Amino acid sequence: MTTLIWLIPVLPLLSFLIIALFGRLLPKKAVAMLGVGSVTLSAVLTIVAGIGFLSSPPPEGVILSKIYTWIDTAGFTAQIAFLFDPLALVFCFVITFVGALIHFYSIEFMSDDDGFSRFFAYMNLFVGTMLILVLADNLLLLYMGWEGVGLCSYLLIGFWYKEPDNGYAARKAFIVTRIGDTAMILGLFLLFVSFGTLDISDLMQDASEKWVTGSPLAVISTLLLLGGALGKSAQLPLQTWLPDAMAGPSPVSALIHAATMVTAGVYLITRTHVLFMLAPVVMTAIAIIGAVTLLVAGFSALAQTDLKRVLAYSTISQIGYMFLAMGIGAWSAGVFHFMIHAFFKALLFLSAGAVIHLLNHEHDIFRMGGLRKKLPVIYITFLIGGASLSALPLITAGFYSKDQILWFGWSSVISSHWLWLAGITGALLTSLYTFRMIFITFFGETKTEPAHKSGLIMTIPLIVLAVLSLVGGFIEMPENIGPMHLFSGLFDGFLPDVILNERGNHELILQILSGVVTFGGIWLAYRLFYKKSAFAIRYKESRINKFFYSGWGFDRLYALLFVRPTAWLSEIDKKDFIDLIYKNIAGVTVYFNLIVSRTQNGKLRWYVLVLTIGIVVILTFMISL
Amino acid sequence: MVTVSMEMQILFAGLLFLTGLVGFLVRRNIIFMLMSIEIMLNSAALVFVIAGSHWMQTDGQVMFIFILTVSAAEVSVGLALILQMYHHFKTLDADALKKLRD
Repeated sequence: MTTLIWLIPVLPLLSFLIIALFGRLLPKKAVAMLGVGSVTLSAVLTIVAGIGFLSSPPPEGVILSKIYTWIDTAGFTAQIAFLFDPLALVFCFVITFVGALIHFYSIEFMSDDDGFSRFFAYMNLFVGTMLILVLADNLLLLYMGWEGVGLCSYLLIGFWYKEPDNGYAARKAFIVTRIGDTAMILGLFLLFVSFGTLDISDLMQDASEKWVTGSPLAVISTLLLLGGALGKSAQLPLQTWLPDAMAGPSPVSALIHAATMVTAGVYLITRTHVLFMLAPVVMTAIAIIGAVTLLVAGFSALAQTDLKRVLAYSTISQIGYMFLAMGIGAWSAGVFHFMIHAFFKALLFLSAGAVIHLLNHEHDIFRMGGLRKKLPVIYITFLIGGASLSALPLITAGFYSKDQILWFGWSSVISSHWLWLAGITGALLTSLYTFRMIFITFFGETKTEPAHKSGLIMTIPLIVLAVLSLVGGFIEMPENIGPMHLFSGLFDGFLPDVILNERGNHELILQILSGVVTFGGIWLAYRLFYKKSAFAIRYKESRINKFFYSGWGFDRLYALLFVRPTAWLSEIDKKDFIDLIYKNIAGVTVYFNLIVSRTQNGKLRWYVLVLTIGIVVILTFMISL
Repeated sequence: MVTVSMEMQILFAGLLFLTGLVGFLVRRNIIFMLMSIEIMLNSAALVFVIAGSHWMQTDGQVMFIFILTVSAAEVSVGLALILQMYHHFKTLDADALKKLRD
């Protein structure tokens, strides 16, 4: 079975090729079968390979399947080879499994769209490149997947390209992430210059032998890699693209912002954690960036009126938690939260997509309301997703993953109580904005009637994800609740454990505290947005709310700092001498073309004359030779 | 028997060809242009005959009859085209037909 690992990314890519080339000829049913079938098959393969891997672990701990020598020059070789280890397994599982559910859901969601086959082609390419990213055994192949994901996000965000705004959002996503990618490729150059290889396991081995902790090279290269991760994972200061990326269809949002793209940064940092451990400064930076991002995004989520934008900011905020976890060395906690987040965020996006779909593309939560009775199934699934997002104690999966991060935020040696405080404040914000969204959308009076009920194809993935959002957490429990460590056990020997400090075991107190905070957030949301207190109405008009609504004015700041100076510079530099050269080359060519084209005047006798002159010239040459 | 030198013979054929070419270039009536082509063809055929007599071989005369046949066939096609052209455009002026320019 393990020899078939290369099929996991190849299947979606193959199906992408078929749909892209023959999509117009195939009936919709065949496109859907191909698109969904390939990803589902990948998911099945991943699960089978995972079971095989776990039941009989290979002696060296990883499975390496080499397919093809991509580049082979003196001093540098890059293989197309896939590395299968617990980390890749978790990511592959989430990408293919959640991806398959999203694909399945899209059959109904996109059924009336003209770009049906185009949609499935892009989605398959997306899943395929993401799988290459997480399975790559060297950083070059990883970078190829990385860029492929960037391309697909551009294509999918701008999927409805007839609206200029969507195209703008797509370009913004592409350019902002490209800033991070540039930093990342510089980091790869630096690593290659230092070690002469980009093979991940060799690199980790060499780095831990040659570099001392805190050496400047380690700090610089990890900072550059971190730049790439910040761009893809939409963390401060490169987070501005993600809220606008909601322009794409809802399944795309679910796929990009829950299961695949934004977690690429988390994956990269975890994959190269040996490097990051050598640079404690950068680790601290990651933790601080995560903490600040989760607060910034949390406040912004609280002010949004577009259902999907609330979720977008909450994604940024939750990835902030993952960064926080990685920054304090709680690697497996970060990956655990990634998995659980993928479940409940995909659920939330798909439910929100269903609501928007059934209300004829109504995005504004203040024009929804009372949907609890009209759409009971979606209400329940959304409620479960929301509860998991706000980490409702004991019954939801989100509680177990987030609580672990908060606990390590308190107890890790390299954490400080400030980070924990940021985390717990973020938890309050999370439950507040989540239940604000739920109260406004599903309670109160009905403002827009749903057009019809959602079909079975859209409902099944919601139910599956809802179940996972509830029970997914039971595979990893805190010490004092149950002896369940399946998830962190997976990473024994792969990811280092958290080193706890001597602050003492207050785990139970912290858990109660975070539970109280969650319920406090829900109660506050109930008071403010269900009962519609005067304060909430006044707050909605306040300037600080508008500031949060605009995402802390980052867009305006960047426009002022980067966009406008660049535009101004290119405006005044329109006619520099380099342009002049090219302009003149073009001008001369056009001029010659004019002359030559005048000889083609349609007159037969003129042609014969030219022909005769030509023959005479040629003959003269021949004879004189 | 008066013998004419080879050079003179070739020169005569060349003059004949030039007559045809100039006629082709200066005439606008398509029938005259076709006739000019015939003159050029014949001048070429003449060169074959001259060469045949020079090397005392019959190939030149065989070639002449071959060219005669070809030109007969060509004229019949050409005349048919001229008829069609007259039907369509009511003119025989070659310069009037310049729709094929860029």
